[in-house]
This record gives sequence, structure tokens and C-alpha cells, in this order.
Amino acid sequence: MIGLPHYLAVAAILFTIGVFGIFVNRKNIIIILMSIELILLSVNINFVAFSAYLNDISGQIMAMFILTVAAAEAAIGLAILVTFFRNRGNIAVDDASMMKG
Amino acid sequence: MFDINLALQIAAPEALLAIGSMILLMLGAYGGEKLGRVVSLLAVALLIGAAGVAANAPLGMVFNGAFVSDPMSVYAKVAIYLASALAVVLGDGWTRRNGIARFEYPVLIVLAAVGMGMMASAGDLMSLYVGVELQSLALYVLAAFHRDDGRASEAGLKYFVLGALSSGLLLYGSSLIYGFTGSMRFDEIAAVAAGGAETGLIFGLVFLICGLAFKVSAAPFHMWTPDVYEGAPTPVVAFFATAPKFAAMVLFARALSEGFGGAHDQWAQVLVIISLISFAVGAFGGLAQRDIPRLLAYSSIANIGYALLAITAGTQAGLQALLLFMTFYMVDTLGFFALLMALSRGGRPIRRIADLAGLRKDKPVTTIAITVLSLSVLGMPPFAGFWGKFYVFGAALQAGYWIVAALGLVASVVAAFYYLRIIKVMWFDAPPEGEGAVDPSPRDAQWIGWAAAAFSFPLVLIALTWLEPLARNAATSFGAG
Repeated sequence: MIGLPHYLAVAAILFTIGVFGIFVNRKNIIIILMSIELILLSVNINFVAFSAYLNDISGQIMAMFILTVAAAEAAIGLAILVTFFRNRGNIAVDDASMMKG
Repeated sequence: MFDINLALQIAAPEALLAIGSMILLMLGAYGGEKLGRVVSLLAVALLIGAAGVAANAPLGMVFNGAFVSDPMSVYAKVAIYLASALAVVLGDGWTRRNGIARFEYPVLIVLAAVGMGMMASAGDLMSLYVGVELQSLALYVLAAFHRDDGRASEAGLKYFVLGALSSGLLLYGSSLIYGFTGSMRFDEIAAVAAGGAETGLIFGLVFLICGLAFKVSAAPFHMWTPDVYEGAPTPVVAFFATAPKFAAMVLFARALSEGFGGAHDQWAQVLVIISLISFAVGAFGGLAQRDIPRLLAYSSIANIGYALLAITAGTQAGLQALLLFMTFYMVDTLGFFALLMALSRGGRPIRRIADLAGLRKDKPVTTIAITVLSLSVLGMPPFAGFWGKFYVFGAALQAGYWIVAALGLVASVVAAFYYLRIIKVMWFDAPPEGEGAVDPSPRDAQWIGWAAAAFSFPLVLIALTWLEPLARNAATSFGAG
């Protein structure tokens, strides 16, 4: 029988992978965008699991909001990435270091 | 039961801004760049109108508790919308002079203002998230607004990545809070957490605090702040440093005092640590800076520490101190950035502290204004910044946080060094060799800066008699423990 703790464990693992993907990855900014998506979707699993467990609809409504915002966020992230690429000619993480201090 | 008329009246300022921003967008899209100035003017009128509507909006709680209107949110909204209107005025002139004028700039500020209004009125986790995102998505674009500039797009990218990460933390925290209390509404969460929070709820609360601390740029979540302040266009930074910080602090106060009033002992520990680290990073990090916006970034980190200390107190005096402190901080910072935008030498904007040398000869009034604003941010009596800190320290002492307050005082003495250095360079250093005099200042930025300095001293003494009861009323109506 698969219960609430299993869903929460999956969500927690996906969330951790997402956070590590942002901090450990030193190569490519696209991977950071994918990690952000992973974080948001892991939170969705959490919300839907709690919503089913609690018999309360608001968690699922929240999941809809998160999906919508995630789409807008990805669009804006890619747009900023395009302007960055036009100015620099590449999208390596280590090159995003004009400003230091 | 659900009264749609009341709901629309209460949400009228945000509805006005949301619809208005769409009309402005269409106007700009079909009218082209020649309507750019008209769009800016209409945006200023719209924001001032929304502030007027917000000041007269009825009080209450609508949309199943998701949207709250109380004296606190009214105070915050009026301040936020007026600061946004000034940011549009400053940005319009600056982008025009630097050849990056686009009609999207005022539209994005209005959209961010909708989000900030929602943050000030958020009554449950859902409207908290939607408000934060409405604001953040507009701000990411604004940070990268100067799209042909490598620094601006790098600033936008860094802000986006760290901002998205912080939204993730915020959401993960909200999901745990929802799961362990069974409700999204702050008042229902408060009922569950009345006798202190259990382990799962504390986890959620800590994630929520981390996510919000990112948004207000409190240390140790401040990594993006210096880079964004240095890279983003100056009027955008002036906006970032003022209205969004105010909105996020009000949201912070509401989520913690209304949602977790019973668990004050638990979250106060976390906030004390965050504000102590902010004092240290803000005071010591600023010492080595040569770039003025970067210096102001560290100054804002330290000042957010004081604002968090006011929330930590968890009393009505603390909330009143928070409102007054943030109001004065907003005026000082906006004035400082306005004067920075007004200064240039040989067509190049002044950005480094060393470039201010000998300013006394070319621009005596501006030099006096920068001196007043520096002393005010530093917290020297009788300037505005002193009164803000006075209320914060008073509330902290009353609540028994005297060690934190004493360390905050030490931090402001350390930070005094870099404000005094700005003053010394302007008044006593010789102007740089072989460079011409400072260019004539654009009128809009200069007058806004002078007005802010005049507010810092002496107008603040009159304003205080009028703001103090307003802030006290706002704090009293709040569900503080």
C-alpha cells in the first residue's frame, strides 16, 4: 500500500536533486532552468498528495497556480538567457562573473 | 455569504492597476515609441490614482480569507504605489537620456505594483505565492532591461536564478505548512499553531522564512544583491531598493504574526540569527566597496537586518517601528539614487565614490543633500533614519532583545565609516585632474533627490507627528500576539 509518506519522500528527493542541480552544476545555465522546474514540480507532488490526504481541494488549486507560474517563469528565464547569450556568445555558468566583490 | 461588490471594492486598487497596465500595454504596442512619454505619464497617474483608491478602500477580508484589507495593508499600499510612481518618473528621464527608452518600462513597474499590492494584502498561502510571483516576474525583466549591456543581462540572469530558487523554497515551505495544518489561511494556521509548532510545521516555517529572506535580501541569502545593484540600470535599482522591500517586509510580518503568532518563540530565534548575520555582512562587506550602487547594496542588507529585528520583537510596538523604519528608509534610498542619477561628468554617469571628489565646488546644494541623506541612512540624530532606528531599538529593548539591539548599534557604528567616507570625498578631496566639471543635472532626478533630503531633515519632524499615529493604528489592527 502506497501512503502519504511515500509521496512526500519522492517529493523531498526530487526537491533535493533540484537544489543540488543549481549549486553543484558548473557547466550550463539551461541545466539550472531544468533544476528550477524540478523544484517546482516536486512541490506540486507535495501539494497534491496533501490535498488527497486531507480531502481538501485547495492544495490542488495551488498546484494549478504553480503550473501556470512555472510556465511564465520558464518563458522569462529563457528570454533573459537569450539576451545574455547575445551579449556574451555563450551560456557557461563560469562566464557569468563580470561583477565580483 | 460571498459579497462580490464588497470584494471588488476591497480589491479595487489592484484591479485598477491590472486593467490599467493592460490598456497601457496596448497603447504602447499600437502607438509605438512616440507614445512612450504618454504611457509613462499615464502610468504615474494610474499609480497615484491607485494610492488614492487604496487610502479610501473599505476594510475587511474577502475571497475566502485570501485577500485582506486592514490599516496595515492600506498604509503599505499607499507607500508602495507612491514609491512606484516616483520610480516611473525617475526611470522615464534616465532611460531617455541613456537611449534605452522603451514603453515597457512603466508597464512593468505597474505590473510589479499589482504584485506588491497583493503581497501587502495576502491572507493565505495562495495569494502570498501569487503576489510574490507577480512582483518577481516583472522585476526579473526590469533587472535585464538594458538588453544590450552585458552587465545588465548578467544581473538579470543571477537575479532570476536565485529568485526562482527562493520561490521554490517558499513553495516547499508552504506545502509543508499546508500539509501539517490542513489549511492555507493564516487565521486557520494560527489556530493550529496556537500552542507552538510541531516538528513538521517548523520545517515548513523555516523554508518559508528562507524564501522570504531571499526576497528582502537578508544575509545569508543576499548573494544576488550586490551584483544586481551594480549591473541593473540605476532607476531600476532605485525601485528594487524601495517598494519591493517594503512589500516583502509587510508580507513577512503578516505571515509570521498572523499565521504563527503562537509560535513566536520558535521563529524569533531564526530571525535573530538572520538579522545578526545581516548586520555583520552589511557593515563589514560595505567597507571595501568602491562602486556606489554596490555600497548601497550592502547598506540595504544591514538595514533589512534592523527591519527584521523590529518583526522579531513580535509586539505592536515592533510592527509600528517596522512601518516607520521602512518608510524613512524608502525616502532616503530613493533620494540617494535620484541624486546619483542626476550626476554625470563628461556624459558618463558617476558611479564610483572617487568620482564624487570635489563635488562641493560644482554642485553645492546636491552635496548638502547627499550629506543629509548619508547621515540619515547612517542613523545620525535628528535625521529621518535616526527616528526609524529609534523606534526599532525601542521595540527590541521592550521585548527583551537587548543583546541583538546592542550588536545592531555596533554594526551601525562600523557602517558609519563608509557613509562618512562619501561625505569626506565630496567636501574635502580635490576634483580629479584633467576632467571637466560635473554636467548640469536633469531637473526631475535632482528635484526628487532634494525633496527627499528636505524630508529627511527638517520635514520629518512634522511628518512624524502625522505618520506615527497612522503607523500605530496600522500595528494595533494587526493580529499581533
